[in-house]
Amino acid sequence: MKIAVTVNGTREEWDVAPAETLLDALRDHGYRGAKRVCESGECGACAVIVDGLAIDACIRLAAQSDGSQITTVEGLETADGLHPVQEAFTANGAIQCGFCIPGMVVTAANYLEMNPQPTEDDIRHVFIGNLCRCTGYKKPVEAVLASVSEEVGRRED
Amino acid sequence: MKTELSMVGRRAPKIDAVKLVTGRATFTDDVEMRGLLHAKVLKSPHAHARILSIDTSRASEIPGVHAVITHRDVPRNPYTSAGQSWPEPSPYDMYVLDRKVRFHGDAVAAVAAETPEIAEAALEAIGVEYEELPAVTDFRQSMGAGAPIIHDEPESYGIYDASRNIAAHIDVEAGDVEKGFRLADVIVENEFDVQYQQHTCLEPHVTIAFLDEDRRLVLRTSTQIPYHCRRMVAFALGIPVRNVHVLKPRVGGGFGNKQEVVTEPIAAVLAMKTGRPVKLEYTRADEFTIARNRHPQHITLKTGVRRDGSIVANALSVLTNTGPYGTHALTVTGNTGTKPLPLYRAANMKFYADIVYTNLPIAAAFRGYGAPQGFFAMEVHMDEVAEALGIEPLEFRRMNHIRVGDTDLMSAAAGEGAGKKPRVIHSCGLPECIERGAEAIGWYQKRGRPGDGPIKRGVGMCILMQGSGVAGDELAGAALKMNEDASFNLMVGSADIGTGSDTSLAQIAAEVLGVPLENILIKSGDTDDISFDYGAYASSTAYITGMCVLKASEDARQQIVAAAARMMDEDPEGLLVHDEKVTSLSGKSVTLQEVALECLYGESKTVIIGKGSHATKESPPPFVAMFAEVEVDTETGQVRPVEIVTAVDVGRAINPDICEGQVEGAVAQGLGYALTEEILVDADGRVLNPTFMDYKIFCAADMPTLTTILVEAEEPTGPFGAKSVAEIAINGPAPAISNAIYDAVGVRLHSLPMTPEKVLAALDCRGER
Ligand code: FES
Ligand code: FES
Repeated sequence: MKIAVTVNGTREEWDVAPAETLLDALRDHGYRGAKRVCESGECGACAVIVDGLAIDACIRLAAQSDGSQITTVEGLETADGLHPVQEAFTANGAIQCGFCIPGMVVTAANYLEMNPQPTEDDIRHVFIGNLCRCTGYKKPVEAVLASVSEEVGRRED
Repeated sequence: MKTELSMVGRRAPKIDAVKLVTGRATFTDDVEMRGLLHAKVLKSPHAHARILSIDTSRASEIPGVHAVITHRDVPRNPYTSAGQSWPEPSPYDMYVLDRKVRFHGDAVAAVAAETPEIAEAALEAIGVEYEELPAVTDFRQSMGAGAPIIHDEPESYGIYDASRNIAAHIDVEAGDVEKGFRLADVIVENEFDVQYQQHTCLEPHVTIAFLDEDRRLVLRTSTQIPYHCRRMVAFALGIPVRNVHVLKPRVGGGFGNKQEVVTEPIAAVLAMKTGRPVKLEYTRADEFTIARNRHPQHITLKTGVRRDGSIVANALSVLTNTGPYGTHALTVTGNTGTKPLPLYRAANMKFYADIVYTNLPIAAAFRGYGAPQGFFAMEVHMDEVAEALGIEPLEFRRMNHIRVGDTDLMSAAAGEGAGKKPRVIHSCGLPECIERGAEAIGWYQKRGRPGDGPIKRGVGMCILMQGSGVAGDELAGAALKMNEDASFNLMVGSADIGTGSDTSLAQIAAEVLGVPLENILIKSGDTDDISFDYGAYASSTAYITGMCVLKASEDARQQIVAAAARMMDEDPEGLLVHDEKVTSLSGKSVTLQEVALECLYGESKTVIIGKGSHATKESPPPFVAMFAEVEVDTETGQVRPVEIVTAVDVGRAINPDICEGQVEGAVAQGLGYALTEEILVDADGRVLNPTFMDYKIFCAADMPTLTTILVEAEEPTGPFGAKSVAEIAINGPAPAISNAIYDAVGVRLHSLPMTPEKVLAALDCRGER
């Protein structure tokens, strides 16, 4: 079946199978930032923003997204550079293997739109749906806090 | 020579950070491959069975199916999937496909088809007739009389005693423990049980295999061991090593699960058979059921001490479940004894182990590599030994831990270092780790104050050591080439699997060559490069490959100095390379860019290529003192970790962010091991919890406060004084938390994971409720 979606500002027409997930459709169309990890909505590595809300693309059918506005991790960067969350993840040593990172960054960026001044506890709870096996979550949580603090910038020791 | 370091020691952002955070980084499955076929594996529905017949005719006829393979289509070369140096110390007891299946999910056949759905349909069309065999699903029964023999095939070799299901065996002694026990005033004996733990790398095992235009086999694969993988696949398939090219793209975590050749052989066979690119990717359920796990063990410790607190004899014995194959069997359990035992000075030590086969999931390498099991036992046990003597546990450890100048008595005795020169300790920051860790957690203020009410608080601690690479069995080769703009292509064979080693290695090169980090263009893990490496395991990369990169960079630096000396008409002695230039004592200078241009296009016409090769007999241990504060709910048995303080002696932190990240990640994995993670298997050997929903790893909201203290006791044999950091901290949460639970509620937990049920049962036993 044919669907029309807007991905990172570009309108696209896709031919999708009825059972195809949004994650598979995105990856098939070259948006490979979202990762396939559990395919059951448990880990958040496939998170993308659909019509303003971060969701797990592996448990949504592509067909349900007809007419949707989708932002993937590839769409967070603008002509002005990295999104502040991406900047902070980079600067704060929050990235290890990076497989969970697109999902974390998308989730955090979306959450900050709704709550621009979160506490550490807020962020820890937002990340409940984003499993990471590498970082122990400390530096990612600190990175999100850093991205909204006055001085986004490099710590240098 | 310059003494100030400019690149080493900096919290430089990882050089691959931007591509990872923007989603541009390409992992194995992030490329477009024209004509890609999808592979699927038919898995055994039995724990132990012989395959009487397989009918693939119907499957082969399904449109879109390009190949169906069984044991009839693959060479019968015994191999081990353990990615270790040749000849691997693991038994050669695996076959790409076999006539027998030895656990639920063992591979029976494989197909390659146009779509995953067609591949699934083809699997269903394969007819298999099995002769079911009795299975061993309790590792205490493996050696028993009448137990079915799991490896009865004559071709396998390197098995210690196949007739008794013993994959490997260890029996070593330093001094005379029996004599030691006779000298003891007090003898303490304890038993411990530890479970299967799954790595849960976020990226599953995945390989894309294809033939290049020269008909060479290319394996684009998620691996920790590109070079071992090349050799092992070539040997298993009986093809020349030169016909295999392994490419490691970005890797989404390894933790030991990818120190294995897992998806590569079947993908390779299917690609060779079809002439098309073939992808074999594990699902999450596959990762939980047919990938690799941490070995379950039963451990017994017996320690003899004198009233003055000195240890006279220490004996550790282990029964290990390796599952159906003996991958890493000897060496993982080797570490269960050889890492914890030498941490405590004692003239008499004994280490005994049987590593047995079962028809259960496969156990293999997992971060810590046997040490988490051993340290859980040792560090809870040592708390009890201290208590039996009436000595404060932290004090007891201070009195007895290994120190600089000591010889590690176990190092030459067992495991991979077997028969090699004993290890001497050249650096040990443990006293500082203990001091600063105790201070940070508030040890003396918090100890022994559980508080009133149903929720009690406690603090516990442990000390740890690991290694930096496999002692006497590591090798790395690297090369580096200078370009016109004083940038350098650095080629290393090591595998950055998320550890940040590409960045640390580039920092070392940049330091030596006096250039900014962006001038180092690193390429790692491509076996067609001028590089070689045993791979990313045993916490080896910073220490071994780091030293190799240091040597290659030194080599290039000397050539740069020689060229600059000619250009400036100066004596090469006394020339300094720094800040992208070469300067002489008399004040002359040339930029590195001028040197590069002169070398490539001027009079000298030389390409500056630095090369390095590094091997060492040393494996200096990093050290940790870890402290845990917990809350124990005496009504529910729930244990909540409140804070973990890790003071770690890394020798030198080449990049403090990366070092802390390794520690924090290891602690998180160690917390799961301590409290929540366990692969559950039913009586038939079937995994019951193959999802993240039922296999609980720590999430952000579960995490305690993590405090990491980097201690730098410079190691004379390491690059800029560095030792390792990647594994050691995973050993600590289980014993530190068990000891903290004791401080809180007075019960000893000897079995992992320390679930609410076990805590409640222990409290009930003590009549605490
Ligand atoms: S892959 Fe979608 S939530 Fe895990
Ligand atoms: S960085 Fe590897 S899973 Fe999060």
